Amino acid sequence: MEKIREEKLNKENSRYEMGSFDVIVVGAGHAGCEAALASARMGLKTCLFSMNLEAIAMMPCNPSIGGTGKGHLVREIDALGGEMGINIDKSFIQSRMLNTSKGPAVHSLRAQADKELYHREMKKTLEKEKNLYLKQAEVVELILEDSKVKGVITQTNAAYYSATTVLCTGTFLRGKIFIGSSSYFSGPNGLAPSMKLADNLKELGVSLRRFKTGTPARCLASSLEYNDMHEQKGDAEIVPFSFMNDCLNKDQISCWLTYTNEKTHEIIRNNFHRSALFGGEIEGIGARYCPSIEDKVNRFPDRQRHQTFIEPEGLDTDEMYIQGMSSSLPEDVQHEFYRTIPGLRHLVITRPAYAIEYDCIDPLELSPSLEHMKLENLFCAGQFNGSSGYEEAAAQGLIAGINAALHVKGENPLILKRNDAYIGVLIDDLVTKGTNEPYRIMTSRAEYRLVLRQDNADSRLTEMGYKVGLVSEERYRKFKRKEENVKKEIERLENTRVKPEIANKIMADTGNSPVSQGISLADMMKRPSITYDFLRQIDINRPHLTGHEKNQVEVSIKYKGYIDKQLAQIERFKKMENKKLNPNMDYSQIQGLRIEATQKLNAIKPISIGQASRISGVSPADINVLVIWLSKQRRIKNGK
Amino acid sequence: MLSQDNNDTIAAISTPIGEGGIGIVRISGDKSLDILSKMFVPSNPVLMSGIKSHDDLKIDMERKSRVLTHGKICDDKGNLIDEVLVTYMKPPTTYTGEATVEINCHGGIVPLRKILETALFLGARLADRGEFTKRAFLNGKLDLAQAEAVMDLISAKTDDSYHAAVNQLQGHLSDYIRDVRLDFVDILVQIAVNIDYPDEDIEEVIYSELLSELNKILDSLADLSETAERGRILREGLRIAIVGKPNVGKSSLMNALLYEDRAIVTDIPGTTRDTIEEALDIRGIPVVITDTAGIRQTEDVVEKIGVEKSKNSIMSSDLIFLILDGGRIIDDEDIEIYQYIKNKNHIILINKADLPKKNTDKEAVREKFGEKSYFIAAKSKEGIKTVENLIEDFVNSKSSNMIFRERLTVTNVRHKVLIDNAISSVKDAIAATDMNQPLEIIEIDVNQAYEFLGEIIGETSTGDIIDKVFERFCLGK
Repeated sequence: MEKIREEKLNKENSRYEMGSFDVIVVGAGHAGCEAALASARMGLKTCLFSMNLEAIAMMPCNPSIGGTGKGHLVREIDALGGEMGINIDKSFIQSRMLNTSKGPAVHSLRAQADKELYHREMKKTLEKEKNLYLKQAEVVELILEDSKVKGVITQTNAAYYSATTVLCTGTFLRGKIFIGSSSYFSGPNGLAPSMKLADNLKELGVSLRRFKTGTPARCLASSLEYNDMHEQKGDAEIVPFSFMNDCLNKDQISCWLTYTNEKTHEIIRNNFHRSALFGGEIEGIGARYCPSIEDKVNRFPDRQRHQTFIEPEGLDTDEMYIQGMSSSLPEDVQHEFYRTIPGLRHLVITRPAYAIEYDCIDPLELSPSLEHMKLENLFCAGQFNGSSGYEEAAAQGLIAGINAALHVKGENPLILKRNDAYIGVLIDDLVTKGTNEPYRIMTSRAEYRLVLRQDNADSRLTEMGYKVGLVSEERYRKFKRKEENVKKEIERLENTRVKPEIANKIMADTGNSPVSQGISLADMMKRPSITYDFLRQIDINRPHLTGHEKNQVEVSIKYKGYIDKQLAQIERFKKMENKKLNPNMDYSQIQGLRIEATQKLNAIKPISIGQASRISGVSPADINVLVIWLSKQRRIKNGK
Repeated sequence: MLSQDNNDTIAAISTPIGEGGIGIVRISGDKSLDILSKMFVPSNPVLMSGIKSHDDLKIDMERKSRVLTHGKICDDKGNLIDEVLVTYMKPPTTYTGEATVEINCHGGIVPLRKILETALFLGARLADRGEFTKRAFLNGKLDLAQAEAVMDLISAKTDDSYHAAVNQLQGHLSDYIRDVRLDFVDILVQIAVNIDYPDEDIEEVIYSELLSELNKILDSLADLSETAERGRILREGLRIAIVGKPNVGKSSLMNALLYEDRAIVTDIPGTTRDTIEEALDIRGIPVVITDTAGIRQTEDVVEKIGVEKSKNSIMSSDLIFLILDGGRIIDDEDIEIYQYIKNKNHIILINKADLPKKNTDKEAVREKFGEKSYFIAAKSKEGIKTVENLIEDFVNSKSSNMIFRERLTVTNVRHKVLIDNAISSVKDAIAATDMNQPLEIIEIDVNQAYEFLGEIIGETSTGDIIDKVFERFCLGK
């Protein structure tokens, strides 16, 4: 006891100050980079800490950005003035639009990244940013005064003061790696874990839990047999992620598709007992959508094969990523089962697959602004909040950074609603419903999928980004121009009438029934298979539009009926969202609420009746009580 | 769930569930007295002598606001449920500020539940927890401090047992809806996995299969919606109009039916002498029969009013009996009447089957109208059983056999509206599928229908779809 007290005293005595900032961001992964850039660009003095600057914007798992839902997030980040879209446009080596056989609302962009280039480009951007200070140091403590976070202390006992702090610790916090029966504390990719900060957070009363994720092995491209796999090329026409880029051209690298077989499954089954997953050593909860190969074989015994994409990790490396095949089996078993897969028979593994467990918080302890409810001035983002994925992390990082900055400025936080953006769905789900596994965005989680498209992310969000001071003048002008062009073009298409004899040639070519009277170009586009591009043959003098603009014109016209239907739903939804609740309310003061509802409401502190109604354990009857209570408040206010 | 109606009539068991001396069922809203009058039989013989109809009872009860009346509560088939004391309280000086009925019955779950069930059957909606108090508040009867105090009295424990009882009550309907919802889940999961995992090794949704699944669901929902029609008939009575030219035996048929059933409830004279309405009970089915006057073109002013009246009752009827005179040949007047009613549900009866010589027989009817017909002899009450069979078959045909056997009937208006909303969404989804619209477009309507049904049973979460996606498919990054 005496010794500990003495140590503590020594520590306090040897502490030194290293300056003060508006915003401190801890961790320079995908969340941290967005948070730091956002606050710096909003004019605030920002300090970004990373335990290792070589790990800035590192992609420790799959070498790709985007995909269903995730691609939407990247577009939204870009529309708000974030960096991820611009950075992947600089560093991708293959680009594909997914879901093109389906409708425009679920078209999703996905790009293979050159990991090294992605990191380098992001580091460059951070270094160039005015107001932004990069620091290589391990943060081990938060400075806390009266439940308010006032800064951080590093491993070397340096104190950095700040008005707000953003925690983006990823999988580093008490990270622990599992390969077969061996396990050891480690961050991802062989980097050091962050142990002391976890202890400190616990001392401060933050409840921490354990989540788990995993990554497959990497192998040498030169050891693969390409004749045994199917080549998957990038799209001929590249659609950029960022609204700032109208078109991009680049030589693309292919991915390779192959499948497991019975032999693979047999080896895995025979070694179940050697997997860390089944041995019971892993306490963390993994995501159902990211199962290891042994989990897939175990849960779906009838499946004859599981597919895997072999993806390049970059241009300057021979390493390849074996998608869909993460594992915590021992290295010798990994070696054996990977080699049963066609194309991989002589594979040389450079890095074995592993599972990693880490500390994270319960996001129900966060307010919708991503500020921690127990520790004032502390904002949280990324895997630390219980999410999974680079894009989900970046989206939260951006919002946490914006809100940390707005907090310093004394302005209201930016809270996106479920009808504004996938980012709104993501954050509302986390802070209202919580999560029992690493949370991944899916388009199925959004109620208003048809309105939350990737083509109109800028229409939905750029104005908001501009208002908070993040969107640059250049981007805003470009956005306004696009809006104007789209609007004008839609009007032109609605007002341009085509004679039946001309229209019917197009109708016949596309298998549509003929018309007897003149028809507008817009109405023609509502018919199946008649695209904006297809109509060019009878609409030669049309204005030149960018790809982004064309896309939006097309979707707005073609799906107008359905979009209107969804907009009507949104109006109903907004009524409940607009009934505001005071986040400081003590719900035990309201009589008539059930005990469970009172506890949940007090824990989550919803900002609206709408949010309250989404909390599990709050019944429609409880909502009734709240509605009555609100109208009483109004009566009192009106002096009645 | 949040868009709850504050204008309909609500009912609930207001005493804690458990074996007690007495229990109370409370009904509040415009229709509360109407509902009471259809289930309550006062025991005072003096009082009874003047009361022949539900309406008489209503008028009598209305006069005696706040008076305790002794009597019996019967279910919709006339079976005795319990001996009770009832009180009707006139608005606005009631707890909720609305017309309110309180039924004091014996404690214990069986009578309480049966009485509540009957009230719901007769058109009340089950009250949500605290809804009486909410209405009191909304009608300005309570200030909020009082409302809160009352709400506080409703302990969480009572709430649970209360809902358990109610769930049992609505169990059949909930089970049926849950089954239909499971079919929706299958479709939604398929769509979700197709959209969210385009790169995985997963079967594409086949539109023709999707179409047949949606049509199957549509049939189930249509069956369910039809039971609401049956529910309305059971609640309000089957409206039958008897038409035919003068003197074919319309009144005789009416009298025969009345005599046969010995269940005359009342004589309600029409506003003109030309239309007579009788309410009776045929094999447990409440029936309101109208004997119409002619519908011929006429210049006579008084007769004109009668014709209008007849036409109205034909339009509002569920079933029409067209009577032909077996002793006379089918003439222009018969044909004119037939033309007028042919597009409504109707049955052709040939009266005076007991005459030795028939000028109109089944052959003749088939020749003229191309339809089946039935012989009756109204005066001698021959063929009356056949007519009753026809009525019963008609009512039963209003609901599919399976649902009928399960005695599943949608009687709640809110439920009916939600089911019909779901039906219209499924139709939209079918249209979108037919037009080869992309999956996420089709999903909007499928999901909407799924949500409507969820509102009936109080489940609206979409989380279950995502859970099922991962349960059924092998997906991984």
